[in-house]
Amino acid sequence: MTENNGLGPSLLRVQDLETFFTLRKWGFLRVGEVRAVDGVNFDLREGEAVSIVGESGCGKSTLAKTILGLQQPTGGSVHFGDQVLDTSDRRQMDWYRAQVGYIQQDPYGALPPFMTVRRILEEPMIINGVKSSSERWQRMEKALTELKMTPVEEFLHKFPHQLSGGQQQRVVIARAKILDPQLIVSDEPVSMLDPSVRVEILELLRLLQRDYHVAVVYITHDLSTVRYFSERIFVMYGGQLIEKGLVEEILRNAKHPYTMALLEAISDPDPENVNTFKKVPGGEPPSLANPPAGCRFHPRCPYRIDGTCDQKPPPEFTMTEQHRVSCWLYGDAS
Amino acid sequence: MHALKRRLNELKEYPSAVVGLIIIGLLIVLSIYAVISIPYAEAVRLWRGGEGVWIENPRNVPPALVNMLPGVDRPETMILSSQDQPELKEREQISEDVTEFVISMPFTYEYGEFPRELSAFFSADYEDTRPFIEVSWIKPDGEEIELMDGNVTDRTSYRISQDRGLQRSLDGLRPQIGLFARDLEADPPQVQTGEYELRISGYLFEEDASFSAELINYGQVHGLAGTDHRRRDISIALLWGTPIALSFGFLAAVGSTIITMVLAAVGVWYSRWVDGIIQKLTEVSLILNPLVVLVMVGTLYSRSIWVMLGVIIVLNIFSGAIKIYRSLFMQIKQAPYVEAARSYGARNLRIVFRYLIPRAVPVLVPQFVTLIPALVFLEATLALLGLGDPVLPTWGKVLEDAQANGALYLGYYYWVLSPSILLILTGLGFSMLGFALDRILNPRLRGM
Repeated sequence: MTENNGLGPSLLRVQDLETFFTLRKWGFLRVGEVRAVDGVNFDLREGEAVSIVGESGCGKSTLAKTILGLQQPTGGSVHFGDQVLDTSDRRQMDWYRAQVGYIQQDPYGALPPFMTVRRILEEPMIINGVKSSSERWQRMEKALTELKMTPVEEFLHKFPHQLSGGQQQRVVIARAKILDPQLIVSDEPVSMLDPSVRVEILELLRLLQRDYHVAVVYITHDLSTVRYFSERIFVMYGGQLIEKGLVEEILRNAKHPYTMALLEAISDPDPENVNTFKKVPGGEPPSLANPPAGCRFHPRCPYRIDGTCDQKPPPEFTMTEQHRVSCWLYGDAS
Repeated sequence: MHALKRRLNELKEYPSAVVGLIIIGLLIVLSIYAVISIPYAEAVRLWRGGEGVWIENPRNVPPALVNMLPGVDRPETMILSSQDQPELKEREQISEDVTEFVISMPFTYEYGEFPRELSAFFSADYEDTRPFIEVSWIKPDGEEIELMDGNVTDRTSYRISQDRGLQRSLDGLRPQIGLFARDLEADPPQVQTGEYELRISGYLFEEDASFSAELINYGQVHGLAGTDHRRRDISIALLWGTPIALSFGFLAAVGSTIITMVLAAVGVWYSRWVDGIIQKLTEVSLILNPLVVLVMVGTLYSRSIWVMLGVIIVLNIFSGAIKIYRSLFMQIKQAPYVEAARSYGARNLRIVFRYLIPRAVPVLVPQFVTLIPALVFLEATLALLGLGDPVLPTWGKVLEDAQANGALYLGYYYWVLSPSILLILTGLGFSMLGFALDRILNPRLRGM
């Protein structure tokens, strides 16, 4: 099941990962569960950037939190380097927390409003044992300079509300990378920013990723930003990864009907688009508490094969070495 | 906390906050003055002292300030002592042992009203034989009234105003009126102003014996705050009541607010059984009336102000406020920055104290400020119910004494008014500040 084809050592391996939330009635009766992440497999090499794309409610953020160890997986495992993560192992988690950075969606909410930028950047270092204050200072200065927040002294004593949205997000990025992590999980980092600063922030992230050889998991609902960023794309639907592949391949030669629909929905600033209607699959994203049988996309799929798609969940079919898709259109149901 | 400071600067723009701060400032100055001018032990001694300490004060008289009202001319207390003025005394050696002496104590009485009481205190120094004296009263028009005669001991009090025989001879007028009246028949009697004289003549029967006398002409006004039924100067209780009330309110508010906040934050963060226990305790304490619990503790255990403070803090910790704070922390717990803190490895306690609580502090400051007067009132209420600290002079104790002695029925309004005004000022000051703070710090009220 490994996708590591010798391009570099594997950093993060997610195997059959499941994160379910139990639904309870009257506080104790179990009445079901929300299958937010339901059998996710992927492999991430050191220094690689991948995008996980999907619409709201498909389990992207839960996947991110599970990878970060903020959410206990109910099944499967996350391998980091040569270790298997165990959220109850305190020492391992303490070590792991310094190896991963987290960039959130809402930059203002992600920064404690009562702390100065300096304090915000110092917190992870204090917690993770960077004791010397001169070293902390050096790291802060370096991080902020790299993110083009100069003069550094001017920003350090500011509070988050005194910064613009782009600056806030840069502080969030600085905080995520101040411990020199090997992996940064970034959950919709630009969706709440002005379109004018999105590209700039993404380019900064890309630059950091290349300069420091940090692996990045970039989670987004917006395929149009993916181009700027990653080497591979994972498309997520209903708690599962339904198509994985290199960026160019997915963008040019998408296989899964859902991916095609997503690509169709990208808005290009082209005046001719004013009068064209886009083919968007009808229906709503599946309920994760009660997912459809078989392929999760089959109720909305225009190419549905009755008797197969609504019965059996599709396995992963290999298109090329790098391109895999979970769809019965490309395989044999028998 | 820089943000908090910056917002506090906005206080200047709220007149109510400025007035509130001025009132609080004055109360604090008063407290400092009280503590410096009357040491604690002295205050307790004075407040617990009986007639011995307060013998020179009139009973139940209003503050001297009433003389500033138009048409009011009430006498102040006059104290004449033969010891202070030895020139008043004449001595004549009659035989080897016997000395005859005359002490004349003249004084001018110019007030429009009669004194409240009259007393004379004689003290003699002798071995075996007590000195003998005759006391007479000389009015400005020259009329001389015999008051008493007899032997005196080392300390003899002669309560002139309680002398029944004298009252009979003055046509039934109370002596402090009859002795100062222009005309005994007049109704109401008028004061005869002018030079009065108390003349004491007598004999000492021993060579080394001595005698001195003191006349106290109790006034109808006293000091800044008047006196109570035990002749105590109420201003002592008013002065000392200020630091006690402020520190009681402040300590109780600080204690309960901080502990409540921490408990609410800890409960919300750990949730499950920790939160469950805190919430159940709160619900139990919510149906208990704190006053009832305090009355029970006061009656059965101790009325010490420290015990009461502790009980009030404990009762206040598990009050409705914990529910308010809890709802606040539930929101904060969901904030992305808390998740970020977990992602970089912040431990539970660090999150509670460095990420949850600092966010809530600005919202809780106004609540804290408005809680102070509520607790000051609670302390006064306890005192009024007879559960005040038995030793300390407090505003509530003054009110309790006033109520127990029918102050309003007897017209001693000053007795009730002065502590009430101080209580109201305290409440007003803190509330005005608290409401302004609420508008500044509570974002939901902004722009209203």
